[in-house]
Amino acid sequence: MSELNRRDFLLRGGALGCSLAASPLLTPVSFASTPGENRLVVIILRGAMDGLDAVRPYGDPQFADYRPRLMASLAEDTDLDGFFALHPALGGLMPLWRAGELGFAQAVSTPYRDKRSHFDGQDLLEAGTGQDVELPRDGWLNRLLQALPNATSETAFAVGREDLKLLSGAAPISSWSPDARLDMSPQARLLLEQVYHEDPLFRDTGLDAMALADSLGVASDDSFGLSKRDMRAQANLSAQAGEAEVLAQFAAKRLNASARIAAFSLSGWDTHRAQERGITRALQKLESAILTLKSELGPHWNTTAIVAMTEFGRTVRENGTRGTDHGTGGALVMAGGAIRGRKIYGEWPGLAEAQLYARRDLMPTGDVRAYPAWLMNGMFDLDVNTLETQVFPGLYMGQNPRILT
Amino acid sequence: MGFSPTKAAIRFGEGLSPNIPAPQSIAAVLDQLTGPDLVAQRHPIPTVTDMLPQFVEVSEARRAYRRKRDTADAEALQDRFRKARRTVILAQIGHTKQLFARSIVTPNPFRERLTRFWGDHFTVLGKSGVLRNAVPHYWEEAIRPHITGTFADMLKAAITHPLMLMYLDQTASFGPNSPAARGRRGLNENLARELLELHTIGVGAPYTQTDVTELAELLTGLTANEKTGTTFLENRAEPGVETVLGRDYGGQAASINDVHAVLDDLAKHPATAHQLARKLAQHFTSDTPDTGMIDAMAAAYLDAGSALMPMYDTMLNHPSAWDSFGQKVKQPIDFVASAFRALSLPTRSLERLNGAKLRGYIASPLSAMGQPLFRPGGPDGWPELAEDWITPQGLAARLQWSMAAPSAFYRSLPDPRAFLDTALADLADERVTFAAKSAETRREGVGLVLASPAFQRR
Repeated sequence: MSELNRRDFLLRGGALGCSLAASPLLTPVSFASTPGENRLVVIILRGAMDGLDAVRPYGDPQFADYRPRLMASLAEDTDLDGFFALHPALGGLMPLWRAGELGFAQAVSTPYRDKRSHFDGQDLLEAGTGQDVELPRDGWLNRLLQALPNATSETAFAVGREDLKLLSGAAPISSWSPDARLDMSPQARLLLEQVYHEDPLFRDTGLDAMALADSLGVASDDSFGLSKRDMRAQANLSAQAGEAEVLAQFAAKRLNASARIAAFSLSGWDTHRAQERGITRALQKLESAILTLKSELGPHWNTTAIVAMTEFGRTVRENGTRGTDHGTGGALVMAGGAIRGRKIYGEWPGLAEAQLYARRDLMPTGDVRAYPAWLMNGMFDLDVNTLETQVFPGLYMGQNPRILT
Repeated sequence: MGFSPTKAAIRFGEGLSPNIPAPQSIAAVLDQLTGPDLVAQRHPIPTVTDMLPQFVEVSEARRAYRRKRDTADAEALQDRFRKARRTVILAQIGHTKQLFARSIVTPNPFRERLTRFWGDHFTVLGKSGVLRNAVPHYWEEAIRPHITGTFADMLKAAITHPLMLMYLDQTASFGPNSPAARGRRGLNENLARELLELHTIGVGAPYTQTDVTELAELLTGLTANEKTGTTFLENRAEPGVETVLGRDYGGQAASINDVHAVLDDLAKHPATAHQLARKLAQHFTSDTPDTGMIDAMAAAYLDAGSALMPMYDTMLNHPSAWDSFGQKVKQPIDFVASAFRALSLPTRSLERLNGAKLRGYIASPLSAMGQPLFRPGGPDGWPELAEDWITPQGLAARLQWSMAAPSAFYRSLPDPRAFLDTALADLADERVTFAAKSAETRREGVGLVLASPAFQRR
């Protein structure tokens, strides 16, 4: 059953002995060993955000022709630079823009092309490789950790219920959902460790769960405390666990403690139809996540960079159903006190039909991976060679766009 | 290694039950699919078609209320709307319970597993209102009747089902040059793309954006509404011939037959056979299934003109179906269903749950385990790999439920040692036997059995 060993490579890496002390999560973490004060938050936008609606190139004369029905709500007070304007649903971020704490990159993409599948697109986005290699089992944010000499299992947090491919890999990480708890008597824990002893996946994950619940203060040793009433109270807590604000709050709390990297995902971007309604809801979630991070991080906001990325952009033309279909070039969102904002990065390709990708999508003029790569370069002192060969194999980072303050 | 009744009950069923014997042979597993679908009669779930009048009443009552919100009739109209909605919601709570009841009592559990598998293959999500919990009605109508028939028939039933047409935006798609578009409406390629990528030939197959667009044009005309269900509106259909994967369709007066023709061809495509075989083998046997098994299953499917029984037969009779035992982790719904079956939960205990308890004891814990009922993340359905499910937070939720849920249903729990024998029979290992014996309370003993890898794996 060699399959049972996969988790070793995915979540915690190096071969573990059976002894409990070998678990990195059970090894005391010393504060001095954390890699500096800089903080990186990665938000995956699942479903393909329409970058042309989030950051609208209204200054391009052709734009309105492509989108007669989607441009109804252009608002003056979200103008960015006389060429681009924010979608009104992101209006709450304008103070950040004016303070130089919000920036974007336009016309960027991963190397993914042509099939326009969400699922392959997201896999590639999280793997951080090109299309020409076999998809690696680890994500680029985990490979960043592998390159950080002082990283511990508490350095990076995957927040939410999903298994985030972006953070899985050989370097140990923490993964938890804001509503998760563990209530077991000490005797039951000991017996559970026995029962899980010979199954690496259950053993390692079970030990992680216990250690995380303990360190997060969401464990009790009272198995009997979980009454029917508690189960129903827990249901109410659970109902909110996926909300952007709750995820961001949890992430900020970890970043204020020993974590320096956090990641979660937001969905709801696949706006094939009635996009105005759909994207408004999704953008509000993104705005709420960013504003929550800012308020909860307090003084740490100044050393924080948030980057929000999606698998690909959407068609330049609106489709027949007041929506947009899967495209190629898209937008990337950056926020935080560490960001040199008030700027749209990237090279605008133009919207004439001959300038589009496959005569339908925004032509990608830059590799979306270059932005997180330059962030890592500046925030965690990773050299370009490591970034181009290990973290994002095959990436050409190009000229430093100087996205950090 | 090889077949054993315990393995068959756990791998290809809903687990062991104290009341229902495990299948004694591979043929006995397959026989579960041949008789009448008795458990569906005993625990009925209406189809979407059955439910349509009730759905229509909710929408009409909502509209009537909204139109007259500021008039003297508002209160009565609001009452009517709330009553209609409540009727549907209560009925749907009942139907969710019927799904679990079937898993507990059925002597033919392979049917339940296949219904969930194919339901996942043809994932739909109810987008709003009372449709949010309509997925069991869709399974009952489009999936369950076809799990022992041909894939071509299931494909046609699922793709043309109102819930699918609404979910993947087909109801909004117009042929750009059709009369009904009037130059204002047009194409939506969502369904066409997923039909190729997920439902049939698979993303690795050689198709292009042009195939997606042409197929989207071919699908125009196919639509649905709440009142009449699925319809084909000729004046929405894109005129002319469409070419999909090198073959021409349409050209005459547009009709649903053009859609059926392309679906029949897609069902018989070798890439479809391979993708379905791989998905079945991966769901039932191993995260990395035996390639020889997949090839044999795909061949059986193609030989039989997309009939599914020969593919199941080939899978079950392949040595790898039994030698790879233990490599799969139960998905949360399967885990909860098999726990109920092993505990022999009386179906009247389920029936007695009100909405809040159903949420507290079943729905919300499933969400915490990563599998909210009827709400997968997208049209690709639930993930298959063990590590997608056994995360620290997901496992913590399984542990919490294992320790807490059984005593939410039973005032006195069974002796953990006896329960171990019921739940795992000859598959109980030394460690879980020791835990069942050494737990301080029955509650923890039963919980440890449920949480054990032997019970979580199949």
